[in-house]
Amino acid sequence: MTDAPLLEVRALEKHYPVRSGLLRRVTDHVEAVDGVSFDVREGETVGLVGESGCGKSTTATTLLGLEDPTGGEVRFDGEPIADLAGDDRDRFRRRAQIVFQDHNSAFDPRLTVGESVAEPLAIHGLADAERRREIVADTLERVGLSAGDADRYPREFSGGQKQRIALARALVLDPDLLVVDEPVSALDVSVQAEILSLLSDLRDDLGLAMVLVSHDLGVVRQICDRVCVMYLGEVVERGPTAALFDDPRHPYTEALLSAIPEPDPDAVDDTVELTGDVPDPSNPPAGCSFHPRCHRVIAPEAFDLARGAFRSVFDLRLAVERGDVAVDEYDDSAAVRDEFGVPDRLGDDDAEQVLAAAVEAVAAGRIDDAADRLAAFESVCEREDPALEPVEGDADGAGGGNSGDGNGDGERPVACLRTDESVER
Amino acid sequence: MSDPLLSVRDLRVRFETDDGVVRAVDGVDFDVREGETVCLVGESGSGKTVACESITRLLPDSAAIDGEIRFDGTDLADCSASDLGSYRGGRIGHVFQNPQDALDPVYTVGQQVVEAIRIHRDVSKATAREEAVALLDRVGIGEAEARFDDYPHQFSGGMKQRVVVAMALAPDPDLLIADEPTTALDVTIQRQVLDLLADLGAERGMALLFVTHDLGVVAEIADRVVVMYAGEVMESAGVHALFDDPAHPYTRALLACLPGRGDPFETIGGSIPDPTDPPDGCRFHPRCPHAVEDCETGDHPAPRSAGSVTGTDHEVACLLYDDDHALPRELEVADD
Repeated sequence: MTDAPLLEVRALEKHYPVRSGLLRRVTDHVEAVDGVSFDVREGETVGLVGESGCGKSTTATTLLGLEDPTGGEVRFDGEPIADLAGDDRDRFRRRAQIVFQDHNSAFDPRLTVGESVAEPLAIHGLADAERRREIVADTLERVGLSAGDADRYPREFSGGQKQRIALARALVLDPDLLVVDEPVSALDVSVQAEILSLLSDLRDDLGLAMVLVSHDLGVVRQICDRVCVMYLGEVVERGPTAALFDDPRHPYTEALLSAIPEPDPDAVDDTVELTGDVPDPSNPPAGCSFHPRCHRVIAPEAFDLARGAFRSVFDLRLAVERGDVAVDEYDDSAAVRDEFGVPDRLGDDDAEQVLAAAVEAVAAGRIDDAADRLAAFESVCEREDPALEPVEGDADGAGGGNSGDGNGDGERPVACLRTDESVER
Repeated sequence: MSDPLLSVRDLRVRFETDDGVVRAVDGVDFDVREGETVCLVGESGSGKTVACESITRLLPDSAAIDGEIRFDGTDLADCSASDLGSYRGGRIGHVFQNPQDALDPVYTVGQQVVEAIRIHRDVSKATAREEAVALLDRVGIGEAEARFDDYPHQFSGGMKQRVVVAMALAPDPDLLIADEPTTALDVTIQRQVLDLLADLGAERGMALLFVTHDLGVVAEIADRVVVMYAGEVMESAGVHALFDDPAHPYTRALLACLPGRGDPFETIGGSIPDPTDPPDGCRFHPRCPHAVEDCETGDHPAPRSAGSVTGTDHEVACLLYDDDHALPRELEVADD
């Protein structure tokens, strides 16, 4: 194994235009992928994980050039793929393969499995039909099917088997890089285990570099060497799988981990509650895009508040700012506190004084007044957009000099203001 | 103990297909008590969905349903289609896997919840609207009043599933049947919907029959678990007994390949049998590591208590647990 990564993704961006009005003018952009960087070496699997809409699938298709990036660079074997043309481009297309999520729509129902799997060979110039048949038979056996399955049709196979066929079709050209998008999300747990163990065997036998896209951290834990956690188009934390699972640094990673159902009915419920959905990517929140849902949102330095208490006050503040609070919605202050789970009395007297006045204003229907008062609870997370940076004091044995876009094996950068010393609170 | 709310006995569902007769459910027994959460677990093709949908006859006409489905004293299997109407979507609510398919795209979500209320109860539109807003608020739709007039496409997947839950709750059901309600959702949203269902069950004393293939979800939500395989019940037990002392080799295999428990790359091997031609004897025997000769012949083993250690409510359908066979050492329950 050489030291140079096979795939280098640097500050990759994919912004989609939003058109509106009669002339379909571009009025806005959806930043589906916004500055994603990572490396993949030979024989290594990197996981992209996050909720629906975080841009993980777009990252996968964009890094393969299936969609043109609007910014950043992808290098494959040292060459920027945007510069590839002619034979070089064909060669890249052969060496980098993708398996899509939905195995039901991945096959032409009128082609036999053998024809489907052989198609990439024909496209890439293998004219000898006999030779194609041989390669297809070998590949099918490699993924745990039999050579005789080549003459059957996709509908005759179960979901797990179709996923194997999809893998065979991706492997038939003997690629160096394999991108797999949600390989097991549509499968039973028992079949998931089979597909994941097949993927890991293939990676080890063929020395494949793999990018695995999944919303399920349980799946990622099983086969990835390193993980990039994505939220709203950005990587919020990156690191080796074991380290990231043992000690998640970003609150979002923590929340994702705690959402995995624990297969033990006696387990203590230590769930980090992640409220709400992923925000609209065309209108992401200012500052740290996770702040509306974050359970560790930073309280202003002026106040000394417990984490949960501040979160509830902050929820009230956000609701008032957004205009989600109606003028005549609450009868009295207690009802307001109850609705947002704000404690009857905050530990910090100064904070309590400001809050009490604000809550009273909400109850009395003076929303603007309440908003002005609650401005005292503005969090730094609303203002500052954290960069993905290594944590201070973490340099020993980590990536060292090439911070920011480096991918040293032990490196664990995180995009969170709590660990960012440079930010003024 | 009082009679269970729902008692299913010897349920059999057959489909005539071009390839032969499919016995999707073949002699299944289970109970759901008031306020209890029972999970039906199994792989795709185990018959868990068909078993659930036969309770209120949601199946196509080609399905032949036999057996007894006693709900609060009435045998639903004997009910006329019109009588069944008051149970279906009334005292028995349904939530399905894909919220996208459960909502009509051309009506607002508010109209759909109001409809669910007014189908079963004679209330004015204004009252129904108030109730609908309260329901939407209860299932966690923020600003329910404002979102009442939004269309399903304006909601995310998790929010749509909350709307579907609100519709199912509208007639205040005694039993909610939820078929893989979180499978199409992200893990974070799955967590929210599971918490919501558990809270609602406790708050309303509503029983929940929950279908899933994911034992992780089972551990989160179930009081009792019924493990199905190829149309038959393999094991049923309280959730703690099932996870602490799984008896059936199939249950053990399922647990062994569960992420976060056992070996992540452990697999069961083989696949679920052809439904038109299931194996004789125990249907799991071709994949079972402990199978003996007797497992290959005769009928599906009768359920028997899985030993005194785990209590009387723990039943397993496996020959190895009867007196004529020696229990392999690996299957012995630790006596502690």
